Amino acid sequence: MDISAYWRTRKQRLSLTGEICPHCGAKLFPPRDICPHCGKPARTPYHFSGRGTVYSFSIVYNPPEGFEPFVPYVVALVKLEEGSLITAQLTDVEPECVYIGMPVEMVTRKMREEDEDGLVIYNYKFRPVLQPTSL
Amino acid sequence: MRDIYIVGIGQTKVGEHWDKSLRELSLEAIRQALEEAQIELPEALFVGNMLSGQLSNQQNLGALVADHAGLRHIEAIKVEAACASGGAALHMAYVAVASGLYDVVVACGVEKMTEAPPSKTTTALASAADALYEAEHGLSFVALNALLMRRYMHEYGYSREDFGNFAINAHRNAANNPCAMFPRAITQEAFIQAKMIADPISLLDSSAIGDGAAAVVVASEHFAKSRPLTPIRIAASALATDSVAIHDRPDPLFLQAAYLSSQKAYAQAQVGPEEIDFFELHDAFSIMAALSLEAAGFAPRGQGVRLAIENEISLQGRIPISTMGGLKARGHPVGATGIYQVVEAVLQLRGEAGANQLQGCRLGMTQNIGGSGAVAVTHILERVD
Ligand SMILES: [Zn+2]
Repeated sequence: MDISAYWRTRKQRLSLTGEICPHCGAKLFPPRDICPHCGKPARTPYHFSGRGTVYSFSIVYNPPEGFEPFVPYVVALVKLEEGSLITAQLTDVEPECVYIGMPVEMVTRKMREEDEDGLVIYNYKFRPVLQPTSL
Repeated sequence: MRDIYIVGIGQTKVGEHWDKSLRELSLEAIRQALEEAQIELPEALFVGNMLSGQLSNQQNLGALVADHAGLRHIEAIKVEAACASGGAALHMAYVAVASGLYDVVVACGVEKMTEAPPSKTTTALASAADALYEAEHGLSFVALNALLMRRYMHEYGYSREDFGNFAINAHRNAANNPCAMFPRAITQEAFIQAKMIADPISLLDSSAIGDGAAAVVVASEHFAKSRPLTPIRIAASALATDSVAIHDRPDPLFLQAAYLSSQKAYAQAQVGPEEIDFFELHDAFSIMAALSLEAAGFAPRGQGVRLAIENEISLQGRIPISTMGGLKARGHPVGATGIYQVVEAVLQLRGEAGANQLQGCRLGMTQNIGGSGAVAVTHILERVD
């Protein structure tokens, strides 16, 4: 990834900044400037809470280049509480413990040690919402 | 709009062609198709291909393939729409003849996939997905389909084993296809035991990548009438798109592009799904076969898998699919696949499908899907006696 591309997408990566449509109220992540629901311009920034539930997940055994050290890892579609779906890895959880409907929250994590351009890439992942332990 | 016909077909065996490059593969398929049609020089060439830039450092494939197929100087361009590149190339060929600009053109699909190391091929295939918001997170193309399959199983209450007959049917049919990559039957036991690639998708839910090329000659009615073989009419050619990323779709388990391209195709051909005799669908993964059957109107939502369980997809079933092995067992040279589907449909309609011949078929449908549902190209082909 180029440094400029990393810089350009920093707000969405690190703070889940998307957009809200001023015309129909749809909340958009990733940001895309034209609302896919009503077709009108949507450029108002909106910070997503980062909370959601697992909509679906998979465990990757045959990874793309650069992800070999992490196999097997869990990827998921997360349904954010604002209604959008987001694609991300799950972290801090054993693959066999993941289930559809599991409450998760966004965290910032290193994606890869170093990509082909020597950049250390940080991105959002989701982890299970920590439950208070009952005595 | 004037009637358009397919007057010649060609295909190489799908497999690991260590002795053939992109040029030799496409040359072989194109020369076969031109010979059948008894045509020396078509007016234009559309080359469907996805990965030549990433895996062979070769772009500019239109000119390259034209030149090496002995067609130097004609109009020639590459058409790219991920795994739907082949179908899209045929669609452009159709548009070129339908517009009246040309009377005879060639659509060729070619892919060379087995030379690169597997992780490089996996990375390249993931470029069919949204690079920034899907692939960047370490999702392989298989993983994206696995997300759909897991959710489908959850919503409709299926188990992994319920998908087995898609693979079993494809391999049974491939056994009689000399161009198939895996011409041998498999068992349900083998399906259940198969190695996981991206849970719940196993090796036997997945199509095999391979090298291959296929070509068809597309001609106007006037031109087609003077050709030696039974011309097969392209009754419909329709392409539709959806968001590239799955997370951008309001209803991920419904392939909207496949639905829209099917609907456009039915309207063009003035037929409905109940009149289609067989369906060469995009079984890159067994979940894609189920979702395509639903999007194209052959099964209600959540019931695509049931067609497989009840064996309605076999050669004797209500809607035969993958009649020559499909992507699963004929193999999936991605940018060539859409043309292979059409070549196989033409064989069925001409009555040249050998042991897998469907009796009395008149209307065949093909559907080529790019990405996890972002592009769908549907063709309806008709035998006109
Ligand atoms: Zn809106």
